[in-house]
Amino acid sequence: MSLFPFFKNNTFARGVHPDANKSTAGSPIRRMPFASRMILPLVQHIGKPAVPLVRAGEEVVRGQPIAKADGFLSVPIHAPADGVIDSIELKPSARGPWVESIVLRVYEGSTQEVGWSHPRDIDAMEPQEILQAIQDSGMVGLGGAAFPSHAKLAVPEGTKIHTLVVNGCECEPYLTCDHRLMLEYPEDLMTGIRLAMKSVGAKRAIIGVEDNKMDAVAAIQAAIEKLGPADGGITVQAVPTKYPQGAEKMLVKSLLGVEVPAGGLPMHIGVVVNNVGTLALLGSLLPEGKGMTERVVTVTGPGIRKPGDYWVPLGTPMRTVLKWAGAQDASEQEIILGGPMMGQAVASLDVPVTKGVSGILVFDKLRVESDRKIWPCIKCGECVKVCPMGLNPSMLGMLAGRREYEEMGAHYHLGDCFECGCCTYVCPSHIPLVQQFRVAKGILRGKAT
Amino acid sequence: MTARIELRTSPHVVKGSSVERIMFHVVLALLPIAAFSVWQYGLSALALIVTITLTCLASERLFNRLSGQYSTLSDWSATITGLLLALTLPPSFPLWMGAVAGFMAIALGKALFGGIGYNVMNPALVGRAFVQAAFPVAITTWVPAFAPNRFSEFVPTTFTAPLMTPPDVSAWAKSALDGFTGATPLARWKFDNVLATPHDFLSGAVTASAGETSAILILLCGAYLAIRKFMDWRIPVAILGSAALTALLFQMIDPARYPDPLFVLLSGGMMLGAVFMASDMATSPVTPKGVWIYGTLIGVVTVMIRYFGGLTEGVMYAILLGNALAPLIDQVTQPKVFGEVKTIKGKGA
Repeated sequence: MSLFPFFKNNTFARGVHPDANKSTAGSPIRRMPFASRMILPLVQHIGKPAVPLVRAGEEVVRGQPIAKADGFLSVPIHAPADGVIDSIELKPSARGPWVESIVLRVYEGSTQEVGWSHPRDIDAMEPQEILQAIQDSGMVGLGGAAFPSHAKLAVPEGTKIHTLVVNGCECEPYLTCDHRLMLEYPEDLMTGIRLAMKSVGAKRAIIGVEDNKMDAVAAIQAAIEKLGPADGGITVQAVPTKYPQGAEKMLVKSLLGVEVPAGGLPMHIGVVVNNVGTLALLGSLLPEGKGMTERVVTVTGPGIRKPGDYWVPLGTPMRTVLKWAGAQDASEQEIILGGPMMGQAVASLDVPVTKGVSGILVFDKLRVESDRKIWPCIKCGECVKVCPMGLNPSMLGMLAGRREYEEMGAHYHLGDCFECGCCTYVCPSHIPLVQQFRVAKGILRGKAT
Repeated sequence: MTARIELRTSPHVVKGSSVERIMFHVVLALLPIAAFSVWQYGLSALALIVTITLTCLASERLFNRLSGQYSTLSDWSATITGLLLALTLPPSFPLWMGAVAGFMAIALGKALFGGIGYNVMNPALVGRAFVQAAFPVAITTWVPAFAPNRFSEFVPTTFTAPLMTPPDVSAWAKSALDGFTGATPLARWKFDNVLATPHDFLSGAVTASAGETSAILILLCGAYLAIRKFMDWRIPVAILGSAALTALLFQMIDPARYPDPLFVLLSGGMMLGAVFMASDMATSPVTPKGVWIYGTLIGVVTVMIRYFGGLTEGVMYAILLGNALAPLIDQVTQPKVFGEVKTIKGKGA
C-alpha cells in the first residue's frame, strides 16, 4: 500500500534508463527476400519439439504445415516458402546445442503468396475453437519468450480473468518492431485483442505503451474509435519510459497498481498479459486460417549499414539477414538475438531466425569493451537501487562468489530474479551479476532433480 | 565470412560507470579542501598531506606485491585514504608519525581484509585511531591558523626525527599568533564552557585538524559528489540531521549546559566525517533503509560521545562503530521483494 494514496503511482519502483537508440522507429517495415536455404528447428518455442510431417525430397508450398504439435505445450511449424525439403538433420541453434531442424531448399520462383489458408468467420468461433486455431497457427509469444500463445491464453478451470493487458512497451533499447507493428497494423491488433479477450473471458483490455511512442498511442486510439460499441472495454494507456517496463509483472503494476505475488503468475490476480506483436500477427493470421511463416525483426546496431524493421521469413539464416541489412565484415563483432539488455549473443552465423527472435543487433568492436576490468564489490548499493524485483544483487553476488547457492535461493529470493540485467548495467565494479545468478539457478535446478 | 564472433552474456550494454571514475571524482572533491588547509596552515600542512598520501600509495603497492596482485593504485582509493587521513590530523603532526598513520591505515584498515571493497572500516579512520592511541600528545597539539609565517617556515614539530618525542610548540604557536590558546572549540566548550561563534567556524579561524575548518567548502564538495551521484546524499543528511536534532533536544532540556545545534554541526570533524568518511561506499550499508539507520546512529552517537564521553571529539569512533554495524544493519534491512506476501514477523525474509 502506498503511503500517499492520492499520488497515483503509474509505474513500478526502481529500474534504469538506458539510451534508447531506436533510430529505426521512423521507417516502415520492409520485406526481406527468401534465402536459398531455410533452417527450421523443430523446437522454436518453449515446450515439446514439433513432429515432422514431411520427408526429404517432398515439395511444400508456402504456409503448409511441415511439422505438427506434439501435445498441448507444443506448436506446429509451417513452410516459410515454396520449395523442396532437403533434409531433416541437426543444425546449430542460438542457445548453442545443435537441434533437429527441417532444411528447406527454396524454389527461385517462390512468391510471397501464401498457398495454404482457410478463411473463416472469427466472430462465430467459441473460445475453445479460438485456442485450437491459435495452436494450429503455430503462434508463440513474439516478445522473446516464445511461449505457445494458446497455452498462455488457456485459463485453468476456476480462474476468472478480468483484464487482458496488452504489452506495447518495447522497453529494450534498439528494438522497434512492436512500435512499427502498432503504427502499421492497428486494425490487426484490434482483431487479435478481441480474439484474446474472448478466449480468456476478459471484460476489458488495456494496451500499455511507453510514452516515448506517442504516435503509436495515437494510432491505436484511432483504431479503437473505429470499433463498434460492442467492443467497448479496450483502452490504451501511456506508461513512463523506463526499463524493464515491458516485463509482465512491472507492466501489470504500472497499469493496475497491483503486484503479482512473488512466485506467482499474473493469472493468479485475474490478468493475462500478451505482447502487441503477438496479438497483431494473430489478428492477421486467424481470420485467414494461416500459419506463422514470418515475423518482424529489428535489424540494427552500429555494425549495420541498412538498419530497419524487416518481415523476415522464419528459418532465414543470420548470415543472409546480415548480408541484406548491409552488415560489415563480422569479424570481432557481437551479434545479439533480441534486445541488448536480455538478448543472447550467437556463436554461429548459420543460426536461423526463429519465432522468438525480436531483434538482431550487431555491435562493432568499439561497443564490445573486451577488457572491462572487474573490481571487487565496493558495496555502492546501485544494484539495490535499480532492481525492479526488490532483490539485493550485491548480497546475491557475494554469496555466488562464495558458492553459497542454497543460501541465495532460500533467503535472498534468487528465484524471483528474471534476469533483466539492471544490476549488471549499473555495476561500477563490472561484476557479471546476472550471469552469476543464471549459473546459480542452473546449479540449484540441477540439485533439485 | 570466417569471422571471429564475440560471445558475451547479457546485458550487452552498460551504463559506463566504474570504480576508478567514482574514486577519481572523490579525489577531485577532496582537493579544494586540501588546498584550503594548505592556505590556512601553510608548509607544514602541505608536507603532511603529501607525506601521508605517498605513504598510503607506497603501502598499497607493497601489499599488492606481497599478495601477488596487480597494482591497484589506479583505482584511486589509496589516494583518497591518504588525503582523508591527512585532513583529520593536526597540521603540526610530525611527518614520521603521519607516515606511520598512513601505513597502518592501509595495512590494518584495508590490506588485512583483502583490499578495496573487502574492508570493514574506513581505512583513514583506522589509521587515525591507531595514531590517536600511539601518539596521544602529538595528536592534540594544535597550532594557529593563518599564522603570518606559515609559508616561510615549518612548525617545529613537523621534522621531528622518527621515534623521537616532538618538541613543545606552545611557545612557537604563541609567538606566531597572539592570544593562541591551543585548544579546539570542542575542548574549550567542554572544559572551559567557552563557545566559538559560527563566524569563527565559517571563516576557518579556529583551531582544528588540517581539513576540518571549512564547513562551507566541505558541503560544496560533498554536494558536487552527491549531484554527480558519486556519493549517497542520504548518509550526510542523516548524520547531520540526527546530530542536530539530538543537540536541539539537549539544548531544550538544559540550555545553559548544552550548546546550540549549529555549534555541534560546525565544530570538530563533524562535517568532514559526515560528508567524506561515513559516506565511504565499502563500509556503509547497501540498502537504502539501512543507510538512514546507519547515518542516524552515527549522528546520535557522535553527540553522545561529545557530551558524555571522556573525549572531546566523537565523530571518528561513531563512524567506526557505524562501519562495524553496517553488515548487521544490512541484514535487518533487506529490501521488500516485489510481490512478497506479508508473513508473520520472523517467519518471512
